[in-house]
Amino acid sequence: MERLTLVILGCAVVTFLPRFLPMYILTRLKIPKIVVAWLSYIPVAVLAALVVPGIMAPEHKINLTFTNAYFIAAFPAFFIAWRTKNMLLTVVGGMAVVFLLQYL
Amino acid sequence: MTSLQDFLAGSKKAIPIVLGYLPLGFAYGALASIAGINLPYILMMSILVFAGSGQFITVSMLAAGAGAFSIILTVFLVNLRHLLMSASLSTYLQKFPRKVLPLISFWLTDESFALATGELQEGEKNHFFLLGLFGTAYLGWVIGGGLGGIFGGLFNSSRAAYTMEYALYAMFIFLLVIQLKQKKFIFAAACAGSLSLLFYLLVPGSWYIIMATVATATLGVMVEKWKGLL
Repeated sequence: MERLTLVILGCAVVTFLPRFLPMYILTRLKIPKIVVAWLSYIPVAVLAALVVPGIMAPEHKINLTFTNAYFIAAFPAFFIAWRTKNMLLTVVGGMAVVFLLQYL
Repeated sequence: MTSLQDFLAGSKKAIPIVLGYLPLGFAYGALASIAGINLPYILMMSILVFAGSGQFITVSMLAAGAGAFSIILTVFLVNLRHLLMSASLSTYLQKFPRKVLPLISFWLTDESFALATGELQEGEKNHFFLLGLFGTAYLGWVIGGGLGGIFGGLFNSSRAAYTMEYALYAMFIFLLVIQLKQKKFIFAAACAGSLSLLFYLLVPGSWYIIMATVATATLGVMVEKWKGLL
């Protein structure tokens, strides 16, 4: 469990710094424009990079059929998120579709 | 209003967030316990990291046997999105005592940011209000995770675990959708998604997320530079 402690502490530090540093130093330091531009791509890029393999190739093989509930449920999840802008509804809706598809 | 009243007013505003964090936290705790992580560690992660998507990723990467360094770096990239929120929130916090900023920034999440921005735009709020709002959301997340860690074993069937694990993807889909406001970000999402899938299938290990993200951001900046926008 030593390794787990290290992982948790490491994650705590790398999670805290991006939350803290801009709030604390922004009034004193000007971030170069190119860095701001680069950073602006990170949220969408990392989220898409996480989602696409996870839902399109869950077992390390591309599967875009009804046997892949994660892929099918992405459509209603996407739609709910887009229309309601409500995270809880998106999560519950997506999970409900995944749950039901397992009984088909 | 007294400081306690301000704190409680903020706390009350956090109720919708808590209603979301309890079940999500529960799913995190349950998945972690199914992955063989003990309750003290489940709680420690919620208390020290306090990042839903980061904690889900940590659990799933640990279960997949990923190395510590690649887990930490992936969590860093996932949570890097808070940079922009922290920067944006800082404009409202100029009058706050500087000593509360570490705590307020530690408690910054996608949901608390969205709610706080709305409240701060409506009218001036002091730090007690914001501490009440953020602290209550934090408590909901930690309690949800603890409950999941204790009772998660009851959901240890493959169907339940398979369903709960989707909380992560649904959350990411949500966070992604609400950020697709500009054309360049839609292109970036398509680029990062395709690259990530390609690297995932071709490159062994857990580096595909980091590679796709860094490549996409760099390409984006190069295109902007080439178009003379930077």
